[in-house]
Amino acid sequence: MTGFTDTLLASNLASVDSAEAMVVESAATLGFDEDARMDLGLAIREAMVNAVAHGNAYSPNKQVRLILEAQGDAIRVTIIDQGQGFDLNQVPDPTRGENLMRESGRGLLLMQAFVDEFSVKRSPAGGAEVVLVKYASETGR
Amino acid sequence: MSARFTTRQVGDVTVIDAVGRITLGEGSALLRDTVKSLVAAGNKKLLMNLGDVSYIDSSGVGELVYSFTTVTSQQGQFKLLNLSKRVEDLLQITKLYTVFEVHDDETRAVRSFS
Repeated sequence: MTGFTDTLLASNLASVDSAEAMVVESAATLGFDEDARMDLGLAIREAMVNAVAHGNAYSPNKQVRLILEAQGDAIRVTIIDQGQGFDLNQVPDPTRGENLMRESGRGLLLMQAFVDEFSVKRSPAGGAEVVLVKYASETGR
Repeated sequence: MSARFTTRQVGDVTVIDAVGRITLGEGSALLRDTVKSLVAAGNKKLLMNLGDVSYIDSSGVGELVYSFTTVTSQQGQFKLLNLSKRVEDLLQITKLYTVFEVHDDETRAVRSFS
């Protein structure tokens, strides 16, 4: 099964919910089990919050682009914001002792934990471009 | 389903029964308000029952950290009860599992408060 959607979303929390629902629904169609759907949904949620809150700072003038590609038993989601982008190596490790009791900063850790492939780079326009890939089954990896 | 928090008193321990999803926005804000009000009212022994919580995101995890630090800074205790496998995994990944005292039996959890 293949599928492709390219969507522009407003920089608000409603977009986070709708992005999560859209991707989880697509995963269900591809035969992802409940655990895999929840893992993927959480990773999408974290990436969208990152884009909406940190990248676009909830600006009504900025949008988040979500590209959803379904192929075989894999889902690939690209989330691009219109912020300044960031360097993954400069993000503090939330599991280190001095950061452990911080109230925020765990989103990237959870994204990486709950998908099979993760990458982040600056988009040509300068914002963050996060790519998340999840397979429905172990054999798909 | 968004989050809902109800409280009940078991001896001098306040049990917070959480239901639904604790995520950025309404769910996490509601948890913060609930804990803030309880601490302001002098409740310093809080047991957070997560048995009916289906889902927590990083913001929800952050609110658990906030709850813990807020209560302990007032010389109180904040403990967790009935973690689902998913929430337990989340605390393992974030390395917070060792920070929180976690119970799976309410009676024993209540007794564990000093």
